[in-house]
Amino acid sequence: MVIVSSSSRPISLAGRELSLSAPNDSNSRPLSGDESERERAWGVAAAVKDPEVPVLTIEDLGVLRDVAVDGDRVRVDITPTYSGCPAMDAIRDDVELALTNAGFDEIEVRLVLAPAWTTDWMSDEGKRKLTEYGIAPPTGRAAHRGPIRVALGVRCPRCGSLDTREISRFGSTSCKALYECRACLEPFDHFKVI
Amino acid sequence: MNEGTVTEPVEAQEPVEGHGDVSVDELALAAELTGSGERAASADIAEYALWLGDDALILAQQLGAWITYAPELEEDVALGNIALDLLGHARSFLRYAGSWDGRSEDDLAYFRDEAEFRSCWLVEQPNGDFAQTIARQFLVSTYMLELYSALRSSTDPTFAAIAEKAVKEVDYHRDHAVQWVLRLAGGTDESRARIIRAFGDVWPYAAELFRDEELIDRLGDAAVRPSTLRAAFDAVVAAVFAEAELEIPAGSTSAGGGRHGSHATELGHLLSEMQVLARRHPGATW
Repeated sequence: MVIVSSSSRPISLAGRELSLSAPNDSNSRPLSGDESERERAWGVAAAVKDPEVPVLTIEDLGVLRDVAVDGDRVRVDITPTYSGCPAMDAIRDDVELALTNAGFDEIEVRLVLAPAWTTDWMSDEGKRKLTEYGIAPPTGRAAHRGPIRVALGVRCPRCGSLDTREISRFGSTSCKALYECRACLEPFDHFKVI
Repeated sequence: MNEGTVTEPVEAQEPVEGHGDVSVDELALAAELTGSGERAASADIAEYALWLGDDALILAQQLGAWITYAPELEEDVALGNIALDLLGHARSFLRYAGSWDGRSEDDLAYFRDEAEFRSCWLVEQPNGDFAQTIARQFLVSTYMLELYSALRSSTDPTFAAIAEKAVKEVDYHRDHAVQWVLRLAGGTDESRARIIRAFGDVWPYAAELFRDEELIDRLGDAAVRPSTLRAAFDAVVAAVFAEAELEIPAGSTSAGGGRHGSHATELGHLLSEMQVLARRHPGATW
C-alpha cells in the first residue's frame, strides 16, 4: 500500500473547552500494540457513518482500511470512494471525534489512494442495508470486468423486479446512477460498480 | 414513492453522532484531507504535478459552469460529477506539487497568476455550445485515459497511486463523451453540423498534449513521455470518428505553450472568476 496522504491533527481546543465523554481515564490504558485496544479502536472507527448514505458505516463501504494502536496513539487509514468525494473531510472529522470520545489522545487519520477503492470491498451486510434503504447495491464484480462490458440486471429495491433501465449514469452523488423500474414505475438510485 | 412499504430511514429513528454536531470553532480543523503526506522528491516532480493538476483544475472549472445550463437536467448532473472527479485529481496533484516548497493546494489554485499556470491550451478553450464542450471533452478524456493508464507504472509512488484512482474515473468520462459524439453526429442536421464545427475549432489544440518537453527527459520513468501516447489516442479517435462518420479536421496546429506559462486568451478570464473570492477574502472559510 502506498501512502499518499497523511494528516495528523493534535486535537486542539482553540481556546475552548471541548466536552468529551471519557477524556481523563485514557492514561490508564495498556500500551503498545495491545490487540484488544486495536479491536476497540477499530470498532469505534468502524461505526462512523457515511454522511451521504447514512445507513452505511465506513466499514460496510470498505472505506476503512486499517487501524493501528500504540498506547493512546491511534492511526486510521481511510480511502476515498471517488477522487473528488466531498465526504472524506467529514468522515475524517467524524473518525477523529469518535476516537477522541473513546479516550484516544493522539489520532492520525491518513488518506490512502492505493490500492484504489472498488465496490468489491463493500460488505454483504452493506449491500443488504443499501437495498433496505432504497438504493440498488452494486452488481457483479468490478475486478472481473473485461474489455467487453456486460451489464448485469439491476434489481429494483422496492418491488424486486429486474425489469429496470438506466435513466442517467450520473446521479445524486458520484457513486450513484439513476434508474427507473418498469414494473412499479419508481425511479431509484443504483450504486455503480467501479 | 410507495410510502406504505418503505421503512423509515435509520437516522430518523436514532440520532447518531454526525459531523453536523461539530462546529468549526470548537475543533481546530486540520488542513483538508486531499493530498500528500509524501513530499515531492524534486522540483521537477513538483513541476510535472503542476502540469497534470492544472489541466484537471481548469477543465473542472470549465465544466462546472455548465451546471443549470446543460441541455437537460441529467447532463447538468453528469458534467457536475465529471467536474468533481477532475477537481479531486487536481487537488491530489496540486497538494503534491505544493509539498515541494510548502504551498497548499489553495495557494496554488487561487494565488498564482496566469503565467504561473501550466495548463494546456485545449482545456482553456471556451465551453462554446454543448457540441464544443463535448468535442473538447472527448479529446481531453481520451488523452487522460491513456496518460493515467501509463502513469500507473510511474516510478514515483504518489503519481502511480493518483493515476490508479483517476484512471477508473476518466474511463467513464471518455465513455460519456463518446456517447455524445455519436449522438450529435448521428442526430439532426443541426447537431451534426455543430459537432463538425466544434471538432474543427478544438482539434488544433490537441497537438500540444503530445509534445515532449525537456522536463520529461529529466524525469525519466517518473513521468509519461507525451509523444508515446499519440498512437493510442489516434486509434481511439479514428474508431469513434469512423462510427460517427466524421473526418479528422484538416489544417493548422496550435503552437500552445501552456507548459511554459503562455496561455490561451480565455485563461485570464477564467482565473479572474475562479480566484476573485479567495483573493478578496484571503483565508476565508465556509
